[in-house]
Amino acid sequence: MSENRKLIKIATAGSVDDGKSTLIGRLLYDTKSLTTDKIEAIERSSKQRGYDYLDFSLATDGLVAEREQGITIDVAHIYFNTAKTNFIVADTPGHVEYTRNMVTGASTSQVAIILIDARKGVIEQTYRHFFIANLLRISHVVVAVNKMDLVDYDEEVFLKIKADFDVLVAKSDFSEDQINFIPVSALKGENIARKSSEMPWYVGNTLLDHLEVLETKDLEESTVARFPVQYVIRPKTEAWHDFRGFSGMLYGGNLKVGDEVTLLPSLNTSKIKSIHYFDQEIQEAAPGSSIAVTLEDEVDLSRGDMLVKSSAVPRSEKQITATICQVNSKALTVGKKYILQHGVNRVMAKVDQIESRIHTDFSGGEDAHSLKLNDIGRVHFRLNKPIHFDTYKSNKSNGSFILIDEAEYDTVSVGFIE
Amino acid sequence: MNNLLIPNPKEAESIHIIREVAAQFERPVLLFSGGKDSITLVRLAQKAFYPAKIPFPLLHVDTGHNFPETIEFRDRLVEELGLELIVRNVQDAIDQGKVREERGRYSSRNSLQTTTLLDAIEEFKFDACIGGARRDEEKARAKERVFSVRDDFGQWDEKNQRPELFDMLNGKIHNGQNVRCFPISNWTELDVWEYIKTENIEIPSIYFAHEREVFLRDGLIWTANEHVFREDHEEVMVKMVRFRTVGDMTCTAAVLSEAVSLDDVVGEIRDSSISERGARIDDKRSEAAMETRKKVGYF
Repeated sequence: MSENRKLIKIATAGSVDDGKSTLIGRLLYDTKSLTTDKIEAIERSSKQRGYDYLDFSLATDGLVAEREQGITIDVAHIYFNTAKTNFIVADTPGHVEYTRNMVTGASTSQVAIILIDARKGVIEQTYRHFFIANLLRISHVVVAVNKMDLVDYDEEVFLKIKADFDVLVAKSDFSEDQINFIPVSALKGENIARKSSEMPWYVGNTLLDHLEVLETKDLEESTVARFPVQYVIRPKTEAWHDFRGFSGMLYGGNLKVGDEVTLLPSLNTSKIKSIHYFDQEIQEAAPGSSIAVTLEDEVDLSRGDMLVKSSAVPRSEKQITATICQVNSKALTVGKKYILQHGVNRVMAKVDQIESRIHTDFSGGEDAHSLKLNDIGRVHFRLNKPIHFDTYKSNKSNGSFILIDEAEYDTVSVGFIE
Repeated sequence: MNNLLIPNPKEAESIHIIREVAAQFERPVLLFSGGKDSITLVRLAQKAFYPAKIPFPLLHVDTGHNFPETIEFRDRLVEELGLELIVRNVQDAIDQGKVREERGRYSSRNSLQTTTLLDAIEEFKFDACIGGARRDEEKARAKERVFSVRDDFGQWDEKNQRPELFDMLNGKIHNGQNVRCFPISNWTELDVWEYIKTENIEIPSIYFAHEREVFLRDGLIWTANEHVFREDHEEVMVKMVRFRTVGDMTCTAAVLSEAVSLDDVVGEIRDSSISERGARIDDKRSEAAMETRKKVGYF
């Protein structure tokens, strides 16, 4: 499948009416990813509403309620490809109250496209979107200054927005080379797939060209190997009588046969005896592989445990501090208990202290007694059993967790461990 | 022995999801239609648990209007892989008076499958149903979660879905609830075809070009068969066709094609200007068709 194409995952963020859905519709249209029947459906709907142009936002706005309100209300996933690249776009809504959706969409993305309406410039919501991109440590940000057609393709407008945005960049953890600015008109297709003749002053890549030159290796984090055990494979057949395979996804770094490994929580050590990918035995696996491994020694290891190289063992603690984003309307309060899911491992967690609610405009924080939906805060937890973690700053997959409501089982928070 | 495994990210993600289903649920089942997506799921499940067998059964909700080629294929696959297959028939629900057979020009048993599926979930106490739905198929599906919680009535509440962060899947449910699980959510139609080709996976013959008795209606090519309502003036002709999606013959239109090999098919999909669901008669009924069916528990 797509052996020759790289995979790039993008989250989009913008305020209502920034033209985000139009931008995505335009990307689909310009990469010929919209099929004839879909284009016909868009033409029909556009005409019914009396538009004299093709309303590409109709390509992505899915649910009936949204079509009635004309806004996007949930994360939608959109797929398109060019000859060289497969793209997955998590289209996240721009409503103030929907921070949770951008966090959700961004959590699976490597690139964020932040849309700014050229007429409005950098607004409060731009701060929020960039704050979340920074919090989630998105690898690369594209600032698309849209609706340039409505400001006469004026370079001054673009430069003013860039200067305003650079003030934010200085407050963030991003370096300048992680951020790119592109002036576009999604409606007219300027600088999306086609270089705009209206903006000769812009010498950079079009949006699509820019996304294509990003390299997967620069977008994925490379740290140390973490192998959480998902499922123990015991065939108990004659041919595989003693086979005990520990299956899971490998994160962060390579794992190879012969590696000395430490098992958590037991702290037992062993060596990798074999690595299996379906019916093949392999010598070494790269991060992102779903594999099964066997060990030289008979050891106690089950779902939720972790296997790591003995040369780089993570922290194991029962008290953790994390930045929390509340993604459910039930508030997080001191003393409340949750099921904490860290990767595929679950423990019980109690909120010890809420240190602060963090302002999403880079202006610091304030005291808080609870975190409501869409709040971001710094929280101390106590756990009934230790988890084996890295900080989110050093390792995304092993530094994040979700909180599950004890009674309702809803996912209520996402946490980034410090 | 291969030296270094560089993963195919979409395959690795799907295997991860399937293992989560097996680990988090008591009684999962894989919904098998005999179509290319569910055949792909079977291969992914094999990979997830090898050298052990797939630790859950397959469930086929049979409308009775399936292409015979699909049923033959299903039975052979189950036999070869030593899988457990459960078949439940829409005809039974009709006979019991639970659903009423549609009549006339666009009649189909497609929407009647829901009742049979929900009955089977109750009968076997399945708590997780693995399906081959993909987000690229249709706009309402673009917003579907990988783990989608349904209530006792199989209902989908699109405004109250659990957010899915990173690759952490929350399958905790209460009694009576169940979860629809979609391991190939992030695959496109082209991904599926390229995978079938790379993995050399066998698929039913109706996916390749063959001569068939058909008739034309609404710009679509319909199978001429006793199960498909046809008016006298709708003339039967023989055409070289294949199917891009395989549901029941009342809701699946054929496309004109000369593609006789997987290479041909992949080439055709790459150049294709009609979406896969464009050949689904059920979606043409209304723009919001899929969303309405999902709300009442359709897959």
